[in-house]
Amino acid sequence: MSTKKELSVSAIQEGTVIDHIPAEYLFKVIRILGLDNCSNLITFGTNLGSSKFGKKAIIKVADKFFKDDEINKIALVAKEARLNIIKDYEVVEKKLVHIESEIIGIARCFNPKCITNNQEVTTRLLLVEKEPLAYKCHYCEKITTEEHLEII
Amino acid sequence: MKDLSLVSINDFSKEEILKVVELAARFEKEPNQDLLKGKVVASLFFEPSTRTRLSFETAINRLGGRVIGFSDASSSSTTKGETLNDTIKMVSNYADLIVMRHPLEGSARYASEQSSVPIINAGDGANQHPTQTLLDLYSIQKTQGTLEDLNIFMVGDLKYGRTVHSLLQAMSHFNPKFNFIAPDELKMPDEYKIWLDSKGIPYYEHSEFTDIISKADILYMTRVQQERFVDPMEYEKVKNIYILRNSMLDNTKDNLRILHPLPRVNEINTDVDSNPKAYYFEQAENGVYARMAIIASILGLV
Repeated sequence: MSTKKELSVSAIQEGTVIDHIPAEYLFKVIRILGLDNCSNLITFGTNLGSSKFGKKAIIKVADKFFKDDEINKIALVAKEARLNIIKDYEVVEKKLVHIESEIIGIARCFNPKCITNNQEVTTRLLLVEKEPLAYKCHYCEKITTEEHLEII
Repeated sequence: MKDLSLVSINDFSKEEILKVVELAARFEKEPNQDLLKGKVVASLFFEPSTRTRLSFETAINRLGGRVIGFSDASSSSTTKGETLNDTIKMVSNYADLIVMRHPLEGSARYASEQSSVPIINAGDGANQHPTQTLLDLYSIQKTQGTLEDLNIFMVGDLKYGRTVHSLLQAMSHFNPKFNFIAPDELKMPDEYKIWLDSKGIPYYEHSEFTDIISKADILYMTRVQQERFVDPMEYEKVKNIYILRNSMLDNTKDNLRILHPLPRVNEINTDVDSNPKAYYFEQAENGVYARMAIIASILGLV
């Protein structure tokens, strides 16, 4: 298995591999993690075959080790994602992402009449359901479900 | 000032609700008191609501306080593009308390986080209107002698009507039974039914407005609003189904009282007005006492 991965996206010496990202959310993950403005060496592959979902994506970021609260932001679009922490070409730690009970400034409240969609107010959504995902807006108290979740 | 503000009915515990209801009765007995003497209350109505504003301003005046503010966003700096944050930051330096009505949902919670004085939410869009709920509870207590074990019928627009949602949440403390009467298009949303299930509170749904109301202690009528319907034909079909007429009250319980948040259009026929079971105008009057109780308890004056 690892041979195949190395063929798809070349290995890194030090850093983080984010695997099992649903292919359609690759660019959202890149944006959420701010990798589009990151000067580190980054390689990624997408539309790779996956036993879990139809197509998956993988990102390898050299010399970058994410904090938990930083990486948990991607749980909104890639809750199955797995992290491999690489030191000297070896996986030294594996991590899963966790859905946080409160997300601040990451996703939009779906209610067009919510104050957060009309004035400069940071969104604050509270987790009410994990499967499927549902968040209650701290301000307007409306519930945004998974299919309406929009990343800022 | 988040903790002292009243933004959502869910901010109040059962004990706090009972305290307001009890205080409202005391203010009704002695409506003119000087508890707010020397205090300034800002009344910020970013959208007009004459009934709610007059009720609040009467409550403040009866308590001996002074009012500053505006009754319409067009006479405020909002038209110049000022954000809610800036208006609240400024006004909370002038006043001891802010009463706010705003068309955007969640605006009251946000204002309470930015303000250095307590905020009372006088309606934030279709979200919350907690003082309406507290005056409804006071009206129920006053007419039934209790809030416990009542059979409450809600009629009309149960989908979008914020007053019925807040009342349902507040009454859940008092072992109620609910009956919902609404057209399919305006049924009580699932999230409230799931919530009632989780609390073990019984409810029954009906689409016909018939003699089932003979079991009711409270009949809470709401307006079926034309603007809620995508298809005007659907509105035409249902608009005249949910009209309460005096003849429908013949076999109802003696203690039944009819509530309505007002304004009504045609959902309560005027022949009901003279029936002793009609209570909606008294209900509006109770709003003044309930708001006096809310203001006094939020400012710690009682």
